[in-house]
Amino acid sequence: MASGKEIRTKIKSVQNTQKITRAMEMVAASKMRKAQERMRAARPYGEKIRNVAAHLSHAHPEYKHAFLVQRESARRVGVIVVTSDKGLCGGLNTNVTRMVLGQMKSWESAGLGVDACALGGKGFGFLQRMGGSVLSHATGLGDAPHLEKLIGPVKVMLDAYMDGRLDELYLGYTRFINTMKQEPVLEKILPLSGAELGSAKGHWDYIYEPDAKSVIDELMMRYIEALVYQAVAENMASEQSARMVAMKAASDNAGNVIDELKLIYNKTRQAAITKELSEIVAGAAAV
Amino acid sequence: MAMTIHVDVVSAEQSIFSGVAEFIAAPAAAGEVGIYPRHAPFISRMKPGTVRVKIPDQAEEELFFVSGGILEVQPQVVTILADTALRGKDLDEAKALEAKQRAEEAMKDRSATMDYAKAEAELAEAVAQIRAIQKIRKQSGR
Repeated sequence: MASGKEIRTKIKSVQNTQKITRAMEMVAASKMRKAQERMRAARPYGEKIRNVAAHLSHAHPEYKHAFLVQRESARRVGVIVVTSDKGLCGGLNTNVTRMVLGQMKSWESAGLGVDACALGGKGFGFLQRMGGSVLSHATGLGDAPHLEKLIGPVKVMLDAYMDGRLDELYLGYTRFINTMKQEPVLEKILPLSGAELGSAKGHWDYIYEPDAKSVIDELMMRYIEALVYQAVAENMASEQSARMVAMKAASDNAGNVIDELKLIYNKTRQAAITKELSEIVAGAAAV
Repeated sequence: MAMTIHVDVVSAEQSIFSGVAEFIAAPAAAGEVGIYPRHAPFISRMKPGTVRVKIPDQAEEELFFVSGGILEVQPQVVTILADTALRGKDLDEAKALEAKQRAEEAMKDRSATMDYAKAEAELAEAVAQIRAIQKIRKQSGR
């Protein structure tokens, strides 16, 4: 049995770990609130731009944007993987990467090439380890999503799509359901399905300034960016709540370990006292 | 009561304004446009500048700075999808001036790593920001 001092140092070290996990839990809790607010704040833009895109797809049948055209056969697919930059958030990143990996394998077995775009350090590291072809990436996204950081990497994928180097584009991220529940999703974002934008009613057209093509091009670009932005915002909210839950579990586990160690410590202490006592009694009896 | 039109000003990061208005002026691609209720359907890119919204029963116009985006007009609804739109009052004049200086310096020094087109865009944005601040100042009589 370990000596009293050994157990004491062990308890001390577990207590220190518990302090850290508890602090991280509280930090994650406060960040989570902000991340959730941000996620909700980003929703109106997504809704509005979807409405405008829907109007536009009905109003102007002559020019059909490449994003709306369904291609006959896909040869190469792109996937944007949204993950967190930091770890210690439970199975959050593993769940997304596992799902993406499964999908990538089935694409590859179907003879499709896969190009990836990594948003977030963990996903980037994963894709590199897997030896996947990463066209673009953005890491160090911080606590708040910034569109400026996302535009570049997403544009690389969209350009590849426009050039015909990619025929489909998917977006994998963790959807925030509530504090306790987040689920990994892989959504097809390109080509946009017409059904998603609603059905036509009546015939009318806009006055375009400067011209229809450039306005529609720009709007479609923004629509995809808004989708990606929303995904990143959701992922960040998921990350913080997953971290909060993971750190809470870690703190609780540390508490259990401390209780067990304290019990052992007290037992050894008592055993030592009993031993000493019996030695004294035996010694006194011998006299 | 005068006719009104519903206006939504949203940026990717937040919803900035939502409500009814009598008149809206926005910096469209080919110059500023004024929109009254029942305007014909219209869609345009926006340049950096100020969006002015005249709200009924309010003497002062609401001002919003936009650094670009998309303007959509339907007879009853105006949607402004701003790239970055902050409340005019929140703008920091010093910051705008500093950004302008930086952009001008970068334009003079073309050999610098900064892209010429990027510098030009930054300059246009800074100028628009300064103009928005000055407009607000004039309105509030400071």
